[in-house]
Amino acid sequence: MLFQQLINGLTLGSIYALIALGYTLVYGILLLINFAHSEIFMMGAYFGVFSLMIFEKLHIFQGAPFMLVACALAASMICTGLLGVIVEFAAYRPLRNAPRLAPLISAIGVSIFLQNFMMIVVSPESKTFPDTIPLHVYKLGGTASISSLQVIIIVVSVALMAALHLFIKYTKMGKAMRATSQDAETAKLMGINVNMVISLTFFIGAALGGAAGVLNGMYYGSVKYNMGFIPGIKAFTAAVLGGIGDVRGAMIGGFVLGILESLGAGYVSSAYKDVFAFVILILVLVFRPQGLLGRKISNKV
Amino acid sequence: MLKVENLHTSYGKIEALSGIDLEVGDGEIVTLIGGNGAGKTTALKTIAGLLRPGKGRISLEGRDITRTPAHAIVRLGVSLSPEGRKIFPDLTVLENLEMGAFSRPPGDIKRELDSAFSIFPLLSERRNQLGGTLSGGEQQMLAIGRALMSSPKLLLLDEPSLGLAPKVVETIFDIIKKINAGGTAILLVEQNANMALCTASRGYVIESGRIVLADSAASLYGNERVRHAYLGVSD
Ligand SMILES: Nc1ncnc2c1ncn2[C@@H]1O[C@H](COP(=O)(O)OP(=O)(O)OP(=O)(O)O)[C@@H](O)[C@H]1O
Ligand SMILES: [Mg+2]
Repeated sequence: MLFQQLINGLTLGSIYALIALGYTLVYGILLLINFAHSEIFMMGAYFGVFSLMIFEKLHIFQGAPFMLVACALAASMICTGLLGVIVEFAAYRPLRNAPRLAPLISAIGVSIFLQNFMMIVVSPESKTFPDTIPLHVYKLGGTASISSLQVIIIVVSVALMAALHLFIKYTKMGKAMRATSQDAETAKLMGINVNMVISLTFFIGAALGGAAGVLNGMYYGSVKYNMGFIPGIKAFTAAVLGGIGDVRGAMIGGFVLGILESLGAGYVSSAYKDVFAFVILILVLVFRPQGLLGRKISNKV
Repeated sequence: MLKVENLHTSYGKIEALSGIDLEVGDGEIVTLIGGNGAGKTTALKTIAGLLRPGKGRISLEGRDITRTPAHAIVRLGVSLSPEGRKIFPDLTVLENLEMGAFSRPPGDIKRELDSAFSIFPLLSERRNQLGGTLSGGEQQMLAIGRALMSSPKLLLLDEPSLGLAPKVVETIFDIIKKINAGGTAILLVEQNANMALCTASRGYVIESGRIVLADSAASLYGNERVRHAYLGVSD
């Protein structure tokens, strides 16, 4: 039972971690909590569905499930990435010098807009996520097992996080992102186009959120216009838990939250599953607002 | 090289620069001295493109850069080492220097690094240490080294002696002279008027956002008003 809950927790946690990265990257650079990020996640799931439908119509990648998933993921990540860039440009950039409450309200506006847009234009009903990967269940000794979907979710998430880590640590643009998050004005003096770095940050954060949306759709088998709300708040909790603004913190926070939630669901009651995240959020905010890894002044990006 | 005409810069309704004129010739060291709040930092930030002037004109080698954004001004050959050093605390010394060369093609970075390390051998020893853990003097060296990484034609230095022990100040000023000897023009902002006037060939005195004196460094050094207000000489 414990082992099984850990596997479930790891699966959930990798999705939370991917979403949490989007919150934390943007916060690291703009000190903005991008409340529209949960809708980017939702849009990512829909982009996944649409690209799978298109691939089927065009008869491409049929019979090659891994290729199919990889291409749907990539398509969704590009679309959500661009959407993230557009949202920043339209809703946040004009408010760059406004009081800090203004972009927050704008973010909530974007979130409401995207939900209602999808509800009206696509459907208020949930939509089935097309079958992709043949479902296998692998026994792991005892009563524990892991499904092919869980393996894919964990592997894809870990690979994306590793790629992000390498990008931020070693590439020129990754270093420019870190420099900008530490001191944007001085970054300009280095010749860094800070607006471009901000766009790039939104692209990456949203693309990771979009990937999480696709994985989440595959895991639960359906997507809906309001599916972003709960995972969004949980991932935000994960980001706060790890220390918002801290990339490693968001990854660790996501896994910790996923595992705690699964253990809570397994050992206490699955009816309270969603309550755990909020209890953790409140406890962290009260007792350790800088998060697990965060310093007093957070170590951003 | 640099020509500033009738420059006005405001913070909201407060005017910090009320029409300043100054020039820096090729290969020259020019100093801008003045007390707290006189407008020195504002002048440098406006030249570097971080602040938008309300009125006036800034030109570099005859080219108007008044409205050019900061990141593009670096590419034109002007680099600012800001007041308070502004090292990226969570980047290593090496990464800080690499950021300084952000505008350079990747092939040139190695050469720029070698030249920065030859001016500041200490930075080479500390290359993998985080910027925030350096001492004040080391941070100042890193700030200047970082500003040099873009191989500027004009280096703007904002109070490089701020908060440093006299011995370190001397080292820094020696290095400034050495950089200038290599052909880089320098606009040096200082409260330490003594050191600044000994280093520069010409100087300007700024008070409340206006240039009140402009002369050769030697004449300013002998000027009554400068001696009283900035060199701490009382007779
Ligand atoms: N961000 C700001 N907002 C409002 N006023 C400012 C700001 N920065 C500077 N000022 C004002 O502009 C004036 C000039 O400031 P500036 O920093 O240019 O002076 P300075 O000569 O560099 O002084 P110091 O030697 O103390 O560094 C001061 O009156 C200061 O209060
Ligand atoms: Mg100043």
